[in-house]
Amino acid sequence: MDLDALAGCLSSSACLVTQTTSGLIIGMLLFLVAVGLTLIFGVLKVVNFSHGAFYMFGAYFAMTAYQLTGSFALAMLAGAAGTALLGLIFERVFMSRVYGADVLMQLLVCYAFVLIFDDVVRIIWGPEFKSMGMPAAFQVMPLFIAGGVVPPYYLLLIGVALVAAIVLGIGLSRSRIGKVIRAAAHNPGMVSALGINTGLIYGGVFALGGMLAGLAGALAAPVRSLTPGMGFSVLIESFIVTVIGGMGSILGALIGALLLGLIRSFGSLGFPLFTEGLMYLFMVIVLVSKPTGLFGKEAA
Amino acid sequence: MTRTRTPGISRRSTLALMGAGAMSVAAPWVARAQAKTIKVGMPTILSGRVAQLGTSSRNAVMLEVEKVNAAGGLAGRQIEMVIRDSKGQPQEAARVARELVNTDGCEWLIDGEASSGSFAVHEVARDLGVLCVHTCSEASSLTADPKQHIPNAFRCVRQGIHDSIVGGSYAASISKAKGLKKWATCSPDYAYGRDTTGEFTLYLKRFAPDVEVISESWPKLFQPDYTEVVTKILQAKPQALYSCLWGGDLTSYIDQANIYAMFSQMEVFAVNMADYTALTVVKNLPKGIHSGNRYIKTFPTTPENAAWGDAYKAKYNEYPTNWSWQNATAVMFLTEAAKKANSTDGKKIAEVLKGLTIKCPFGADGTVTMRGDDHTLVGYAIGWGTTIPQEPYVPEVKAGDWKTIFELEAEWKKSKGYI
Repeated sequence: MDLDALAGCLSSSACLVTQTTSGLIIGMLLFLVAVGLTLIFGVLKVVNFSHGAFYMFGAYFAMTAYQLTGSFALAMLAGAAGTALLGLIFERVFMSRVYGADVLMQLLVCYAFVLIFDDVVRIIWGPEFKSMGMPAAFQVMPLFIAGGVVPPYYLLLIGVALVAAIVLGIGLSRSRIGKVIRAAAHNPGMVSALGINTGLIYGGVFALGGMLAGLAGALAAPVRSLTPGMGFSVLIESFIVTVIGGMGSILGALIGALLLGLIRSFGSLGFPLFTEGLMYLFMVIVLVSKPTGLFGKEAA
Repeated sequence: MTRTRTPGISRRSTLALMGAGAMSVAAPWVARAQAKTIKVGMPTILSGRVAQLGTSSRNAVMLEVEKVNAAGGLAGRQIEMVIRDSKGQPQEAARVARELVNTDGCEWLIDGEASSGSFAVHEVARDLGVLCVHTCSEASSLTADPKQHIPNAFRCVRQGIHDSIVGGSYAASISKAKGLKKWATCSPDYAYGRDTTGEFTLYLKRFAPDVEVISESWPKLFQPDYTEVVTKILQAKPQALYSCLWGGDLTSYIDQANIYAMFSQMEVFAVNMADYTALTVVKNLPKGIHSGNRYIKTFPTTPENAAWGDAYKAKYNEYPTNWSWQNATAVMFLTEAAKKANSTDGKKIAEVLKGLTIKCPFGADGTVTMRGDDHTLVGYAIGWGTTIPQEPYVPEVKAGDWKTIFELEAEWKKSKGYI
C-alpha cells in the first residue's frame, strides 16, 4: 500500500490528468465489450460466454484489413462489420437453437465455441502472437495537458467509444427499432403476436453485440498483441463490469466500466499489489449492497 | 493324497505375472528389449499463448535429430521423437511425461516445458529414474538447489542467475556512465518475474551501489492492458526501467509505452527483447532498448552460429527462439554422450554427461559444458546490447565474463544455503 503516492497524485494536476485519461481508456474499451454482453443478456436472456471471441476476431480482422489496405479506417470497419456478420451467423445457426434450453446447455455451447473460435484463429493466423502496429498518423508525440500525458490515439479511442455509447443510448430509447428491441426484451411473445419477426431482432441484437466487441478489438489491435485466446481475459473484466453495472443495463455498463478503469488507474498507485483485488472487492461491495448491480432492475 | 490342479492359471503363475507386471510398471525401460530405434519423449507447449516457443523447441530438436539419424543414429539406433502437447499445464506435463515413458516406451525425456512444468517433469524423472534433460526452464533453483538434484536429470538451459549477473554488471556500467540513479521495474507477477527482477537489482546495486529502485510494477502474466502501469512509471519519473516481460506481453507493453513516448524519457533494459519472437513482431521498435541476448544469429559472431540460424530459417521459414538453441544443444549433448559411451543406456549416458564439454555454435568460445556438480549448462554465449529496428537488431553485444559469473554464482549459492 502506497497511500503517499496516491495522495501525491491527487494533489498534482499532471498526475490527475494522466491517470484519469488512463482510467478512461481502460474503461471505454471495456465498455464496448461489456455493453454487447449486457445487451445480449438484456434482450435474449443469454449469458454469452463466447463474447470474448468477437473481441478477438475484431482485432484479427482489423489487422488483416490494415495489412491488405494500409487504411486504418478500413481496418476499423472490417473489425466491426466482420464481427457483426459473424455474430448474426452464430446466433441464427447455433444460439437460436438453445434459447429455451437449460442454462448449462447454453454455457456448454458457448464454451465449445470459445475453443472452436480459438482454434479457427490458430489455423488461419497461426499460434504465435501478432502485432498490427500503430498507424503512421498516430505515431506522434503525446499531448501534454496541464502537465499530464495524453496520447492522441487514446483520445480517438475514447471518442469512438463515447459516440458508440451515445448512439446506442439514443437509438434504443428514441428510435422505433430501439423500442421494438426493448419490447422484445420485455415480452417477446407479444412482439411476435404483433407480427414482428423476433428471430430477426434476436439476430440483429447478437450482431450488434458482436460488432461492439469487434470494434473494441479493432481499436485495441494497434496497442495490444494479438493471440488466440486473447478474448478470455477481457471477458472476465467485462463480466465484472456487467455485474457492477447491472445485467442488461447499458448505462450500468458505461458507469461500471469507467469505475473499473479508474480503480485500476489510481489503484495501481495507491495499492500496487492489490489493484486486481480492488476490482473484485468493489464488485463484492456492490453485490452485497445492491445485488442487482448499480443500475440493474429487480426481477418482476 | 494327490493334489489336483484346477484348470486355469495357477497361484504361482499368477504371482509371477503380478511380479513381472509390477516390475514393468516400476521400471518399464528394464523390461523392454533394446529396440532398433530409441524413442525419446518430449512434453512441450504446443498450444496456448506460449505455443510459438514450444513449436520452436520441437523444430530445433527435429533439425538436430534428422542430422543424427542421417549420420547413422546413436550407437546404431535411429532416434524416434515422440512429442506431446502439455498445454503449458504442470499437471498435464507430468502426466504426459509419465505416459511417454510407461506407455510409449520412451527411454529418454527431453523436457521442453517452462519452469512450472519442468519442476513437475523433474519429479517424474526422479520417480522413474529415466534420463531427463530440461531444455527450457531458466529458474535457477531447478539445478542450484541440492534438494532438486537427481543423478539422471540435467539442465541444458541458460539460467536466471547467470543473466542477472551479466545484466546487473552491464546495466551498472551504463548507469555509471549516464548517471542513472533512479530506477523502476516492471515485470510479470509470477516466480520467474519476481526472482529474475530481484536478482537483477541485487547485482545492479552491487556494481552500482548508489542506484535506487523508486517504483515497482507487477502486472499479471498475459495482462492485455498496461496503460495504468505505463502511466504509473511515468509519474515516478525514473531515469531507467528494467523489465523481464516477455513474448506477447513485452510487445504489448512496448506498443502501449511507445505512444506515451516512454522510451524517449528513460533508458529501458528489457532482458527478453533480443529474441526474434519479439524483435520481428513489434512494428515500431524503438531504437536503443538494452537487452540480454536470447537467440540472435549474430551473437556469438561465428559462422557456425549464423549457419545454424540460417538453416533453421530455411527449414521452418522463421527465425529460431531462445528455446530453440537450448533444445538443439540438448540433442548435441546427448549425441556426443552416446558416442562416448557407445551406448544409449540412460545411466551410462548420465555418467558421461557429467562435466562433458562439446563443440557448439552457441558457446561463448565455441564450446559449452554440462557442469558436473550441479548438472547445468555453462559456457554458453551470454551478453547484453542495444536494439535497432531492423536486422541485425542488436548490432553489438557486450559479452559476459564467465569467470565473474562463476565467482558471483558461487557467492549466491552460499547465500541461499545451496553450498
